[in-house]
Amino acid sequence: MTIVPIIKRDYITKLAEEGKRIDGRSFDEYRKIEIETKIVNKAEGSARVKIGNTQVLVGIKMDIGEPFPDSPNIGVLSTAAELIPLASPDFESGPPREDAIELARVVDRGVRESQVVDVEKLVITPGELVWLVFIDIHILDYDGNLFDAASLGALAALSTTIVPAKRFEAQLPEGYPKEDYPLPMSEPPISCTAVKIKDFVLFDPCFDEEVIADVRLTVATDHQGDIRAMQKGLSGSFSKEEIQKVIKGALDNGKEIREKLKAVTS
Amino acid sequence: MNGRVIDFMPSEGRQVVIPGQILGEIPAFKAGRGTFIENKKIYSEVLGILNIQENFIHVIPLRGRYDPEVGDFVIGVVLEASTSNWMVDINAPYPALLHVNEVPWEIEFADTEKYLNTGDTILAKVLSVDESKKLQITLNDRNLFKLKGGHLLEFEPSIYRRIIGKKFSMIEIIQKYTRCRIKVGKNGRIWIDGDPDGIEKVLQVISKIENEAATFGLTDRIEQFLRKDAKDVR
Amino acid sequence: MKSNIELITSEGKRLDGRGPEDLRKIRIEAGVLHRADGSCSLEWGGNKVLAAVYGPREAVPRHTQNPLRAIVQARYNMAAFSVEDRKRPGPDRRSVEISKVISEALERVVLTDQFPRASIDVNIEVLDAEAGTRCAGLTAAAVALIDAGIPMRDIPVACAAGKINGVVVLDLGKEEDNFGDADLPIAISPRTGEVLLLQMDGHLTYDEFNQAFDLAVKGCLTVSELQKKAIMQKYQAVAAEVQE
Repeated sequence: MTIVPIIKRDYITKLAEEGKRIDGRSFDEYRKIEIETKIVNKAEGSARVKIGNTQVLVGIKMDIGEPFPDSPNIGVLSTAAELIPLASPDFESGPPREDAIELARVVDRGVRESQVVDVEKLVITPGELVWLVFIDIHILDYDGNLFDAASLGALAALSTTIVPAKRFEAQLPEGYPKEDYPLPMSEPPISCTAVKIKDFVLFDPCFDEEVIADVRLTVATDHQGDIRAMQKGLSGSFSKEEIQKVIKGALDNGKEIREKLKAVTS
Repeated sequence: MNGRVIDFMPSEGRQVVIPGQILGEIPAFKAGRGTFIENKKIYSEVLGILNIQENFIHVIPLRGRYDPEVGDFVIGVVLEASTSNWMVDINAPYPALLHVNEVPWEIEFADTEKYLNTGDTILAKVLSVDESKKLQITLNDRNLFKLKGGHLLEFEPSIYRRIIGKKFSMIEIIQKYTRCRIKVGKNGRIWIDGDPDGIEKVLQVISKIENEAATFGLTDRIEQFLRKDAKDVR
Repeated sequence: MKSNIELITSEGKRLDGRGPEDLRKIRIEAGVLHRADGSCSLEWGGNKVLAAVYGPREAVPRHTQNPLRAIVQARYNMAAFSVEDRKRPGPDRRSVEISKVISEALERVVLTDQFPRASIDVNIEVLDAEAGTRCAGLTAAAVALIDAGIPMRDIPVACAAGKINGVVVLDLGKEEDNFGDADLPIAISPRTGEVLLLQMDGHLTYDEFNQAFDLAVKGCLTVSELQKKAIMQKYQAVAAEVQE
């Protein structure tokens, strides 16, 4: 485990008291965001997202199979995240531990609950055959704020996913389109994460800020300005006013990030 | 400084060499640091800068972890306090041990935490390195102490000498123009204290040196960079 | 594995247009990640691999430590989305075997006795796979090790040769790997010619083996030049930019 020197912790806090951050950003400013799609040829969809030095690669694979018995008329969405040892000296190899699982589930809920992917449209033969969509998040370089990078990566990858109907031609029923087609998507929710250091709320934390933060809040908002998902993390606490502050910041930043995403995926 | 210090020879080409690259032959040349010998030929063992002094061939690494040597001035971060010692991270492949006998304070048994605890930063010196690279450091010296305030930064240990400069030329220029107190650890850590703008300037300079370590005329360029928007000079 | 697909024409043209001794397109970039001590991104034909090195650092758990030298632990892993049929995340037996042979190859060239009790951790992630991932992985790992400043005797490099429709060729592509007659990946220390990794499956006569081996070595030497270029490019780019 990397120990954060007290001097560094104090310096970041002192800067915050003066309205500053170690990399010169303002409290609700994001680092440079880069989105590239169609990175992996073997995947049906893929995207690489960089937020500052944090780098995430998301790949989408599709298959056909049986629906879940308790939801026979919708397709299957499954999200997994790997904090691979490549990305940080503190990541170990082995089965996903709680951080990876939390990350995957939060991204999954963001995609599922917002219905950005219409799972009803993934049905081939109701009750028998549906499309399975696998979202695999691969963290490549860890410098804070994996939630936003992973969510953005998942959305960018899904937005450019091509359903491989041709490959599964033989298994598809009569009348079902046999040519590849883009995965139908609707307006994406954008996830924005902030941390609290003392009483200061900082958006898009870098690694040093995240490590000394008391508490973290991720808020996903949609194009109508409504809230679609939230997740509090770490063992500190928020007041109601602070939560409202984060929601406002998430809406503002969400708008900008949504424009960026549109620019790349349309 | 010890006798194995290598000074940069500014007139020599800054030739970048890679592992396995042949540099010379015995007995015309002798194998220095960063090299190995095979069949009477001298090869580079790392990515680094070729430096030949009195027919000793050295390669000065451009990258790599800090390799502790006795007498090195280092900045350490305390990992944990035990009953009669502390384990300290000195940015080396191995943690270093600081024994209660090696600090200037009289410590009651098991009171170690009162003096130094996890996360504290200290200016220390490497006391010993044994054959299996077990490390010990000491605080027993007037120049060594616990650091308070300021900011702590890590840099590529291999550029330590560029930050110090020939006869301290570089570090003096940096302190002059930024008006910051600066302590540079050989282990790739730097402690800076001053006003936020000064600290910011130091960070920019370190980054610039890191990127341009293998080039000519760096000291002058850094001075120009600092002079650009410096206030009055001390 | 046999098939009636024509993998190579009588004029020596392969499915992707290459001649028998042509390599696929290779792109290497050193120092692409920020947290890792050393890293390398490598594209080889349709392969995309990322290698990162952490270390030397104290080996954990304690019982894995060698009191005399560092251990080199390479971990080869394929991303779930890197293959046509999604792969379940986590190491499978194939990945474990490849990790082992790559670790052993690297251990031979890394100057490990400078770091007793330490571990040099090499992580190889295959992000996009198209035959020859272990060669691409080892080649990228070598560049990442240099980028991390790890002392080495030489820069190891890997390349495969094989046999398709009875013809010995260099650097098998996907269909050639699936439907060909033999596959021979090797890794060498280019300076000395020492063989660090060798695996073979299929069917080769003694003469064909010699042909394939020599061809693979030739391929290795070409790729070796690309590794060196990638490293020098990173460190000399700044020199060029700064020289007036």
